[in-house]
Amino acid sequence: MSRLKILTEHIDKPEITGIEGYIKHGGYRAVEKALKKMQPDEVTEEVKKSGLRGRGGAGFPTGMKWSFIFKGNDKPRYLLCNADESEPGTFKDRLLMEKIPHLLIEGMIASSFALGVKTAYIYIRGEYMYILHILQKAIDEAYAKGYLGENILGTTYSLDLHVHPGGGAYICGEETALIESLEGKRGNPRIKPPFPAVEGLWGCPTIVNNVETICKVPFIINEGGETYANIGIGASTGTKLISACGNINKPGVYEIELGVPVEEFIYSDEYCGGIKGGKQLKALVPGGSSVPILPNRLITKTAKGEPRLMSYESLSDGGFPTGSMLGSGGFIVFDEDQCIVRNTWNFSRFYHHESCGQCSPCREGTGWMEKILHRMEYGHGRMEDIDLLWDVQRKIEGNTICPFGDASAWPVAAAIRHFRDEFEWHVLHPAEATRRNYGMGRSAEPIEQVTA
Amino acid sequence: MPKVTIDNITIDVPPGTTILNAARMIGENVPPAMCYYSKLKGSGGKCRVCLVKVTKTSEQNPRGMPKLVASCVTQIADGMVVENITSPEVVEARKGVVELLLINHPLDCPVCDQAGECHLQDLSYEHGAATTRYDFGRRTFNKIDIGPYIQLHMTRCILCYRCVYTADQLTDGRVHGIINRGDAAEISTYIENIIDNDFSGNVIDVCPVGALTDRTFRFKSRVWFTKPMNAHRNCDKCSGKVTLWFQGEEVLRVTGRKDQYGEVEEFICNTCRFETKKKSDWVVEGHRRIDTHSVIAQNHLPYELDVVHPQIEQAQ
Amino acid sequence: MIETTNITFSPERLAEVQTLLKRYPEGKQKSAILPILHLAQKDFGWISVEVMDYVAELLDIQHIEVYEVATFYTMFHLKPVGKNVLEVCRTGPCMLVGSDNIVKYLEQKLSIQDGETTPDGLFTIKTVECLGACGYGPMMQVGEKYHEFLSEERIDQLLEGFRQNATQP
Repeated sequence: MSRLKILTEHIDKPEITGIEGYIKHGGYRAVEKALKKMQPDEVTEEVKKSGLRGRGGAGFPTGMKWSFIFKGNDKPRYLLCNADESEPGTFKDRLLMEKIPHLLIEGMIASSFALGVKTAYIYIRGEYMYILHILQKAIDEAYAKGYLGENILGTTYSLDLHVHPGGGAYICGEETALIESLEGKRGNPRIKPPFPAVEGLWGCPTIVNNVETICKVPFIINEGGETYANIGIGASTGTKLISACGNINKPGVYEIELGVPVEEFIYSDEYCGGIKGGKQLKALVPGGSSVPILPNRLITKTAKGEPRLMSYESLSDGGFPTGSMLGSGGFIVFDEDQCIVRNTWNFSRFYHHESCGQCSPCREGTGWMEKILHRMEYGHGRMEDIDLLWDVQRKIEGNTICPFGDASAWPVAAAIRHFRDEFEWHVLHPAEATRRNYGMGRSAEPIEQVTA
Repeated sequence: MPKVTIDNITIDVPPGTTILNAARMIGENVPPAMCYYSKLKGSGGKCRVCLVKVTKTSEQNPRGMPKLVASCVTQIADGMVVENITSPEVVEARKGVVELLLINHPLDCPVCDQAGECHLQDLSYEHGAATTRYDFGRRTFNKIDIGPYIQLHMTRCILCYRCVYTADQLTDGRVHGIINRGDAAEISTYIENIIDNDFSGNVIDVCPVGALTDRTFRFKSRVWFTKPMNAHRNCDKCSGKVTLWFQGEEVLRVTGRKDQYGEVEEFICNTCRFETKKKSDWVVEGHRRIDTHSVIAQNHLPYELDVVHPQIEQAQ
Repeated sequence: MIETTNITFSPERLAEVQTLLKRYPEGKQKSAILPILHLAQKDFGWISVEVMDYVAELLDIQHIEVYEVATFYTMFHLKPVGKNVLEVCRTGPCMLVGSDNIVKYLEQKLSIQDGETTPDGLFTIKTVECLGACGYGPMMQVGEKYHEFLSEERIDQLLEGFRQNATQP
């Protein structure tokens, strides 16, 4: 069956990258409609009605976030697009910006209009420099066509849009770190409150939205918030880009209607196409490296035995003991030959490397976790290391300035929770552990054969 | 005035007061502070040792806050209820933070000039574990002389950023800062520029540990063998109000006058601190009162302490 | 390796810097620090203290403010690097599909270790964290270009290409 594609319908058409092709396929209609026929608050109202939730990971309702923007002073307001995509497993925003840059620009114009913003920035990770050039070209085209600049389309609304590169720091995906970075400083997250909606960039009211979130706005304006809300399932409205990777046959970015069963997403040919080499599915990280890993038996079904769906609610069903999170949609699939200890060490090395170092639990704790995990992976672990690791992650979680501390702790906690036998095996069989992998283990007790 | 209850003690405080300052006003069960410094704008929130539990956010919002909060940067609201040492969760978290602060600290107190007046030493005595569970190599750095008066021993640093705020706010043209990232971050001048400024010596006073020490005092004595006396002189750069630390008739060092939370009352200039170290340079006023908790109080009479009135931060 | 004796932007670059500065409100020129550091790295090869000082002068800020920023962001090379910096992603998803072997192969092929530069100054191997190409791994970034779905054969071809480019005037 053909699925509804809100963002990616035309993405394979080469001409869509340019402004003419984009307009030919219905682009910039939302800007025309919003600027000429709507009031800013009406745009926000439609976004509220749509139930759109932030696509960067936290899933906070976008319309509500917008309504927090402080209007009680004369300071300029800013809209920042968070294009600092760096959560391991996530590579979806890259596709949008590379293939259909004008969608983001159109979304930025309409969103800026709703928020009363006169200058907006797209903060893109520095490694995506080649995409920055694509966006810059698209922005130049939009200026030339009168979609940006003074008196857009003859209206009284004016907007300047700039693209700004990062320099290689995962933490700048945290919105206050992004603001600091855009101010030309180190990407140290700020202490909240004050929240950016009140005091953000240069002390002015600021909204930070993810690329995919912004790209949804044109559809919502064109078709109405209710139409969008009718797509998806429950409070998980609309579509979501899922970037699928790991040991699957068809890695790539898929736009799904929220509510697709996880089993279908992994095994159907429309999406991941099953596990590569016909191997068994061992584990899944459904929402980017920081969300809890799920063992086989909790992937396609929840602990209650209900089918697990690709939605905010279903993926988190069971809480941390038996659930995970949709997060940013970084869908990482592990086959039977993957080592959970090695992967957990790899992730904790990532978090150690990326910690900004500003607050003590994260600065010191991430390094400690990495060292313990490294020791276990390389055959020098001790049984008490498992409890120590559990204790260290618990002392980081919830005690830091920003959610990075949690993000570094959750993968470690979940790996121990579900794969403790594999950690123990590493300790008990250090030599063997360096030669072969543990396999499926107790954590993935056999369930009925899942097929497409 | 808004009311706040901390560990079952209720107090009225001016709007905009932080939980930590409200606790300082109560004067009991005050959360420790390693990075917050009331005289430095923007300080606080980083070390996480002052975490407390808010069980009721305000009169309007009876729910508590979902996570522990840093009391030094969280403003009170009318009706707020806070648990500090009455919350096992807080005590546990604080113990955890102290453990993490110590894993890379050299614990070289026997040869550290800060010993006896070190906040980390007090903190680990009060909240730390008896043994360490960290058995990896510790982070080390070479000692660096920052000019003739100050030595930076980065290995001891806990990255509280106080010295950076000091340089930013007391001097024009800050030359030192935080470089690198994560647990490789360090206080540095990068190419070891000399901090050459009339007020640079204050970084020694604000440093909660022995990372920044006074080169003119290094290894001269243990602080608990010295005798603190308030003194003043006419100074055209600062107030000239200092504490002199005597051994016999000899002035071993000069510092700002520190209150019971270890914060100086006023910042002093380098001339007063480093260049006027003869007793005859000063008008000696009398004993500097020292918190009886401090080992420095040993061998000295236990004077009544001056009451500290926390400076109320205005809502930004 | 590019020598950093003469640290001055060309007039064209300086014009570009002026354009960048206009993107931020008056007095907020410090915001342009990352874009300018990127340009500096492009022109001077790596970010030496002299380069940082030059950027500080351009932005009219304290030198330490540039050091603080340049050392925080990992894209800036604070030591000289080879002409081609092979930045291989080593994070989870790439590891699942074999990035460890890619690093090993490169190390063996170029006879250097991660972080080192070949004696001819042509290549530096640098393992990096997630580059946002998780579905297309193993991968590496060289300059601005992403090279994805790497295999040993593909690496041979790429290295050959870089060598040929280097011999052309």
